[in-house]
Amino acid sequence: MSSQAQVRRLLSLVPYLREHDGATMTDVAEAFGISIKTLREDLGVLWMCGMPGLMPGDLIDIDMDAVDGEGVIHLSNADYLTRPLRLSGDEALALVLALRTLREIAGPGRRHAVDRALVKLEAAAGTPPIERASVTVAAGREEISALVDDALSRGKRLDLTYDVASRAETTRRMVDPLRVFVLDGYGYLDGWCYLAQGVRTFRLDRIAAVDVTDIDAEPHDVVLKDLSGGWFESLRDAPLVTLGLQPWSAWVAEYYPTEAVTHDEDGTLTVSLRVSDPAWLRGLLLRLGSGARVISPPGAGDSAAEAAQEALEQYAALGLAT
Amino acid sequence: MAPRKTERILNLTICLLVSGRYLSRSRIREAVDGYHDLTDAAFERTFERDKDELRALGIPIEVGSYDPLFDDEPGYRILPSEFELPAIDLDAEEAAVVGVAARVWQHASMAESTSSALAKLRAAGIEPDASQLASLEPSVQAREPAFEPLWTAVLARTRVSFTYRDHSVRTLEPWGLTASKGRWYVIGWDVDRRAERMFKLSRILDLPRRVSRAGAYDVPEPLDLRRLARSLAPPEPTASATLAIRRGKAPTLRRRGTVRSSTGSGHGPSTSSERGLPSGFEVVAVGYSEIPPFAEEVCRHAADVVVLDPPELRQAVIHRLRAVAETADQRVGAA
Repeated sequence: MSSQAQVRRLLSLVPYLREHDGATMTDVAEAFGISIKTLREDLGVLWMCGMPGLMPGDLIDIDMDAVDGEGVIHLSNADYLTRPLRLSGDEALALVLALRTLREIAGPGRRHAVDRALVKLEAAAGTPPIERASVTVAAGREEISALVDDALSRGKRLDLTYDVASRAETTRRMVDPLRVFVLDGYGYLDGWCYLAQGVRTFRLDRIAAVDVTDIDAEPHDVVLKDLSGGWFESLRDAPLVTLGLQPWSAWVAEYYPTEAVTHDEDGTLTVSLRVSDPAWLRGLLLRLGSGARVISPPGAGDSAAEAAQEALEQYAALGLAT
Repeated sequence: MAPRKTERILNLTICLLVSGRYLSRSRIREAVDGYHDLTDAAFERTFERDKDELRALGIPIEVGSYDPLFDDEPGYRILPSEFELPAIDLDAEEAAVVGVAARVWQHASMAESTSSALAKLRAAGIEPDASQLASLEPSVQAREPAFEPLWTAVLARTRVSFTYRDHSVRTLEPWGLTASKGRWYVIGWDVDRRAERMFKLSRILDLPRRVSRAGAYDVPEPLDLRRLARSLAPPEPTASATLAIRRGKAPTLRRRGTVRSSTGSGHGPSTSSERGLPSGFEVVAVGYSEIPPFAEEVCRHAADVVVLDPPELRQAVIHRLRAVAETADQRVGAA
């Protein structure tokens, strides 16, 4: 751990412990997101610090018997550190961006709370450059995310009209909302779908219409995906497809999580992707045209080729093929 | 040796904070444990580095004269009013949303910045509690390697230089960073081209390097990144295409356009080619800005979308479809 991060933490730890006299080691470690062992080391450092001179009466006083015995912290003799250090530009901006991201998927009530918190933080942060970073989340129309948030907070079932991207179709279904999340700049709803009889993920900007019903959502005993690894993690067991890309299709390697990318000397790329839905791959190959070809597995590109052939025959039948 | 250094920096902070007046280097050297045993040269080096560390932490060190008779020797102090977080009072609802913010960043050093901000708020008596908003999981990713150096440069206002995708070397005064649909962009003043420019971070080929001191330029005020991003982004639709879309398919395309008529219903105006369509198609007018990206989007729907007009768009689509149809033949031929 860098000593800078430790100094930063200690400067917050002292006023926190003054404010929470007799707090347990466990609670303090949790509040600061550190292990008990790290907290014990922090206290060991604080114990060696204090007013210039560092005579016994100058040092910060911590009751180490209570720390190692009952596991509670009593700190005293640090009257010069009653307040934490002000927010750095870095901290203020990171926190503001996080709040703005939350704001993008929040309903009207929570959005007001975020706005009030932002105003207070900006005032307290002094004049760090808060306008110098921004985040936009594609979360569909505001009234739709407001209805979804409302159903989620009141535990009501949703009547959802949804565009299924991989099949390019619109469907209607009843859904019990479980969670709203943001991943890679898009907002999503996780819910128990009565049409599929299972948990499904809906992209908020593909919800065409939504109604909050009067029906109470049922409890569902399900474990939602862990999002910390991104989509990549959820695709881990999907089959691997390798594509050869022309330079003008190189964006594919930027846009989708890849397992491997090789840049060849002539500017072409070889890219391996996890593909959980064959319809998604068909759509991608149709979009890319001559910009991509399937290297492996054999046959992975056949359905795209057949769909293209069918479309060409339709143009010919309509007399539009020239 | 990390704990020793932490102790020294913390003791230095306390020493400068409690003194109230400017302290000379020699006074600091006597007062702060950890400087005692150093040689003159080692003390000077260590003290300079420690001052940089304090500044990096955001601790405001004032430099002034401690001696009215010899004002050429600098003294140092930290004013409590500059050091301390001003009073901030959040109600329970506000504290709850701030608690959610703690888990938003999926980027190690940004997550660290957020949690140290939260630690300061906790130390100021605020109790962020996110448990009641457990069903909300906003997140921000920043996977581009260029993100961190650019973030630092934006905050410090240092000019940077980097290689962009077209292998040109750019020198930029970065004003701000903005994310849209999960991709980060940097906006600023391109020094060589003398113009506002926006760069996509994933297209920066190397790590941006600092090429100036901190505070090297001014950022225009007020800065509206979203407006700038829109004005520097690709153009809005200017042309219109007539498409036949199979009912219930390609909803995103259809919703962007205006439905003109449908086939198979027996009503409404139809041209000769529309009359030739199988039943179950709707004729929709959709705006677009450039043919190649729009043709790409149309091709994705294969036989569910037919381009009626304009002919150039239709040719572009047919050309692409042929390329995809031929991939199957090639594979058979190669086998």
